[in-house]
Amino acid sequence: MERRVVFAGWLCPAVLLVPQMAVTIVFFFWPAAQAFNESLRRGDAFGLTTHFAGVANFAALFASPNYLASFWITAVFSASVAVLALAPGLLLAVMADRVVRGAALYKTVLLIPYAIAPAIAGVLWMFLFNPSIGVLAALLRWLGIDWNYFLDAPQAIMLVILAAAWKQVSYNFLFFLAGLQAIPPSLVEASAIDGASPRRRFWTIVFPLLTPTTFFLLVVNIVYAFFDTFGVIHNVTQGGPGQSTEILVYKVWYDGIVGLDLGGSSAQSVILMAIVIALTAIQFRFIERRVHYA
Amino acid sequence: MATLTLDGLRKSYNEREVVHGVSCAVADGELVVVVGPSGCGKSTLLRMVAGLETVTAGTVSIDGRVVNAVEPKDRDIAMVFQNYALYPHMSAYDNMAYGLRMRGMAREEIRTRVERAAAILQLDGLLERKPRQLSGGQRQRVAMGRAIVRDPKVFLFDEPLSNLDAQLRVQMRVEIKRLQQQLGTTSLYVTHDQVEAMTLADRLIVMNAGIADQIGPPLELYERPATAFVAGFIGSPAMNLVRGRLIAAGVEVAGGVVPLAVAGGRGEPGRPVLVGMRPEHLEPAESGPLSVRVELLERLGADTIVHGAAGGDGIRLTARAPGGFAPALGDPVALAIRPEHIHLFDLDTGKRL
Repeated sequence: MERRVVFAGWLCPAVLLVPQMAVTIVFFFWPAAQAFNESLRRGDAFGLTTHFAGVANFAALFASPNYLASFWITAVFSASVAVLALAPGLLLAVMADRVVRGAALYKTVLLIPYAIAPAIAGVLWMFLFNPSIGVLAALLRWLGIDWNYFLDAPQAIMLVILAAAWKQVSYNFLFFLAGLQAIPPSLVEASAIDGASPRRRFWTIVFPLLTPTTFFLLVVNIVYAFFDTFGVIHNVTQGGPGQSTEILVYKVWYDGIVGLDLGGSSAQSVILMAIVIALTAIQFRFIERRVHYA
Repeated sequence: MATLTLDGLRKSYNEREVVHGVSCAVADGELVVVVGPSGCGKSTLLRMVAGLETVTAGTVSIDGRVVNAVEPKDRDIAMVFQNYALYPHMSAYDNMAYGLRMRGMAREEIRTRVERAAAILQLDGLLERKPRQLSGGQRQRVAMGRAIVRDPKVFLFDEPLSNLDAQLRVQMRVEIKRLQQQLGTTSLYVTHDQVEAMTLADRLIVMNAGIADQIGPPLELYERPATAFVAGFIGSPAMNLVRGRLIAAGVEVAGGVVPLAVAGGRGEPGRPVLVGMRPEHLEPAESGPLSVRVELLERLGADTIVHGAAGGDGIRLTARAPGGFAPALGDPVALAIRPEHIHLFDLDTGKRL
C-alpha cells in the first residue's frame, strides 16, 4: 500500500514546495533558459547589442575543428577517468570487505579524498607534479623521464585524468562496498563448496551480482568527468598545453568568459545540457528496470 | 558412499566456546538430524563439517580421512542452505551445472547429469528459468538438484525447509526422505523443528547449549530421553515436567502419588526430582492418582488437548484425550498414568534417573 498524505487546502503544500521550486527555478530553469536564448543570438563587436542568429552558433561549433577536438578530448578523458576511478574503487572495496579488525578506520581513511573539493585536489596534484617544484616531478626526472606537463600534451592529459579519478575512487569504493555487503554470504559459500577458487568466485558470482552498482557508478562517473572536473583542469593545466586538456565544460567557460563569445559559449552549454539530460534519462530508465535479486 | 565421523568437535569464538565437544559417527547412507533450539550450536557444527568454519578442537573425518584442514571444495560434500543460496543471475540449469563446470567436467556429461537430477526432482521444463521466476518449492528443488548432480560423499542440509510454508514443508520433507533413501547418500541435516527431525532421522542428535544431550534413533529419544531437555524438546505437545518427591510408594507429584515401575534404585525416599509425563500418557480415568481442573480445551478433532491446573500451587498439566472427550471448563478430571511412562530426572543436572 502506498501511503498518501492528504492536505486540506492548497496553501500548505504550496508553501512546502516553494523552497525547492525556488532553488530549481533560480539556479536551473532561469540560467538554462538564458543559455538557450543566448545560444540563438550573436553580439556585435563591442558587446553592446545582440541580434537573433538562429542556429548559426551551433553551425559554427560543429564546423570548428577546435570544438570537435574538445569533444574527442572529453571522450578520452571521461572514459579514462571512469575506468581509473572504478577499478581501484572495486579492488579496495573487495579488500575492505575482508578486513575484520580496524575495518572502520580503514573505510574512513579511504573516504577522505571524497571530502576534498575538486579545485583543492587539482592544486594538490599540481604541486606534486609541478615541473619546477613538484616532489614527484623531481622523482620522475631522477628516473630519467623528461617530465614537463606544461609542454607535453600526453603528460598533461595523464595528470588531469589521475587527479580527477583519484578523487572519485572514494565514492566508487563506498558504493561497491555497500554492493558487496548486500550479497548474501551464503552465495559465496555455496560457490566455494561448488569448487570455485576465490578468483572464479569473484568473476562468476560476485561481479555479476554487482552489475547494477557498476552500471550506476559508470554513469555517475561519466557525469562527474564531464561536468565536475572544471576545478581540476583549471588548477592543473588551464586546458593546455595548447588545447590538449580542454574538455567541453572548460571550453564553455573559456570561450564565454575569457573569449567573450557569449553566443558560442551558450550554444556549447546547451549541447552539454542535452548530454547530461540524456545520461540522466538512461540512468532513470535503468533504475526503473533494476533487477531485484531474491 | 561414505562415513562421516565427528570426534570431540569444539568451536570457540574469541574465548567463548559455543560447541563443547560433540562426537558422532554417521554410518554409510545414514541420515542423521541435528536438532535443537536456535543458538544451540547446531548450525556451527554443520558449518564445521562443511569447512565454512574452522575447527577449534577435535576432528571431522570423511571416510576415515581427517578433513579439518581441507578446503570445502575438496571435501566432496554438497550443502543445501536455508535460503537456498541459488545464484540469482543464473538459470536453474546453470545453477545445477555450476559445480560441475568448476570441476571441469565435459559439457555432455554435465547435461546428462543435470537432466537426470531434474527428472528426479520434477524440474523438467523449468531449467531455463531464473530463481526469481520459480516458486519457493521449486527453488528448494533446484537447491537439492545442485547438491545431487555432484554425487558427493556427504549431503549437508542447513534448515532447508524453514523458508517454506507449512503445507509445502510437509511435502518437501517426504521428498527429501524419499530422495535420500533412493540415493543412499550419507547426510547430516540441521533443523530446529522437532517434527521434521523425528520424521526424517535415522538417528537424532539433540543439541542443547553446545552439547549433544542425546544421540539415538527418534523413538529411543522419545521413549527414554536422557535429559529433561530432550524430554521437553521431543514430542508434541511437550512433555509435562513438574517437580515431585520420591516416597516409598512411588513419587509424589502435583498433589497425587504415582506408583513407579521399579521401586527403589532411583534414589532414596524424600529426594526431590523432576517428573516427566507425556500428555498422551495421561489418560482421563474414573479415578486416578492425579486430578486437574480443566482450564482450556484444544479440540483438534481426533484428539482433545486438555490443559488443567492440578493441586493447590498452580501446577499445570497437559493431557491428550480422545476427540469426543468434552468436559466443561472448571470441571475436575481424574488422570491416570502407567508406571512405565513416568520419567524421572535429577532436579539439578536434568539427567535421567
